[in-house]
Amino acid sequence: MASGTELTPTSYIEHHLTYLTAQVGEGSFWVLHVDTLITSIILGVLSLGFIWMTVRKATSGVPSKTQAFVELAVEFIDNEVKNTFHGNRHIFVAPTALTIFIWVLMMNAMDILPIDIMAWVLEHGFGLHNWKIVPTTDVNTTFALALSIWFLMIFFNLKVKGVGGWMHELFCTPFGKNPLLWVLNLLFNFIEYVSKPLSHSLRLFGNIYAGEIIFLLLGMWAATGVSGTIFGSILGAGWAIFHILIVTLQAFIFMMLTVVYISMAHESH
Amino acid sequence: MNINFTLISQAIAFSVFIWFTVKYVWPPLLHAIEERQKTIADGLAAGERGRHELELASQRSSDVIKEAKQRASEIILQAEKRASEIVEEAKDAAKSEGDRIIAGAKADIEHEIYSAREALRQHAAQLAIVGASKILRREVDAKVHADLLVSIEEDLK
Repeated sequence: MASGTELTPTSYIEHHLTYLTAQVGEGSFWVLHVDTLITSIILGVLSLGFIWMTVRKATSGVPSKTQAFVELAVEFIDNEVKNTFHGNRHIFVAPTALTIFIWVLMMNAMDILPIDIMAWVLEHGFGLHNWKIVPTTDVNTTFALALSIWFLMIFFNLKVKGVGGWMHELFCTPFGKNPLLWVLNLLFNFIEYVSKPLSHSLRLFGNIYAGEIIFLLLGMWAATGVSGTIFGSILGAGWAIFHILIVTLQAFIFMMLTVVYISMAHESH
Repeated sequence: MNINFTLISQAIAFSVFIWFTVKYVWPPLLHAIEERQKTIADGLAAGERGRHELELASQRSSDVIKEAKQRASEIILQAEKRASEIVEEAKDAAKSEGDRIIAGAKADIEHEIYSAREALRQHAAQLAIVGASKILRREVDAKVHADLLVSIEEDLK
C-alpha cells in the first residue's frame, strides 16, 4: 500500500506501524500522534455521544430498543462495579468504568476493520498516507489511561485515608507494623505502585498490538500467491472472529482493573 | 513505541470523557433505571397485596358461608322444634276439645236420661195414680186423699 516505494514486507509493515505525527515543540517528547488522538476522540465522541443521545430521551417507562441496549451495557457495568466497589459508586466509579469500557472497546474494535482497505480509504478518500486506526496499539494511549487511573488511585488514597493513613499503609502493610519491616513494606508497596500502571497499560497494548501484527502477517501471506490468499483470508477471518472476543475481553479487563485499583484505594487494610 | 506528548493529550481526552459521562450520561440513565425499578417493585408489591387480599376475602367468604350454613341449620332445627310443638299443641287442643265435647255429650245424655227418667217416673206415678184411682174409684176422693197422693208421688220420685 505504500505508494511510490517498492512494496516489500518490511515497507508494508513499516507503513502500517507508522504514525501520522505532528511536532508541537522542541525535542523528541513534543511529538503528537495525530492519528491516535483524532481517531480516539472521534470514537469517544461517537460512542459516548450515542449513549448521551439515548440517555437524554431515556424514559422510566417501556424503553425503546436503543435505550434497552444502552441500559443493558450500563447495568452490566454497574453490576460489575457493585460487586467490587463498596461505596457510593454512582458519584464517580461506575460512570468512569462505563467510559473506559465503551471507549476502550471502540478503540480496540478498530482492529477488526480490514487494515489495508482502511488504509486505502484513508489515503484515497482523505489523503492521509500514514494513519493508524487502532488507538490502543499506541502505547501512549494505554499509558495515558493507566497513568490517569494511577493518579486517581493516589488521589483517592489521599482523599479517603488522608496523608497519615496512606503513609501508615505504605509503611505498615502488608507485612506488619514492626519498624524493622518498614523498609520491606515500603519496597513492596513501591513495586506494587510501579507495576500496577505498567501491567495495566501493557496488557491492553500487547494484546491489541499483537492482534494487529498477526493481521499484518496474514495480509503479507495473502500477497504471496493464490494459496496464500485463500489461507490468509480464511485465517484472517478466523482471527477476526476470535478477535471479537479479545477486543471485548481486553476492554473488560481494563475496566475491571480500574475498578479494582480505585476500590483498593478506598479500602484500608 | 515511544512515549511522547500524545500521552498527555490522550489523558486530557480521557478526563474530558470521564467528566462528560459522570455529569451527563450516568445520572439521567440511572434515574430512569431506578425509577423503573421502583415502578416494577411497586407493581410487584401491589400484586402481592392483591394476592393477600384475595386470600383474606376467600377466607372471609368461607367463614360467612360456614356461619350461614350454621345459622340455616339452627333455623331448620328451631323450625322443626316449633313444628313438633305446634303439632303437640294441636293434639292437646284437639284432645281437650274432644274431652269437652264428650263431657258435654255425656252431660247431655245424663240430662236426657234424667229428664227421661223423670218423665217416665211422672208417667209411672200418674199411671199408678190412674191405676189406683181406677181400682179405688169410689173410695178415693182427690180432696180427701190429696196428702196420700202427694206422698205416693214423692215415693215414686
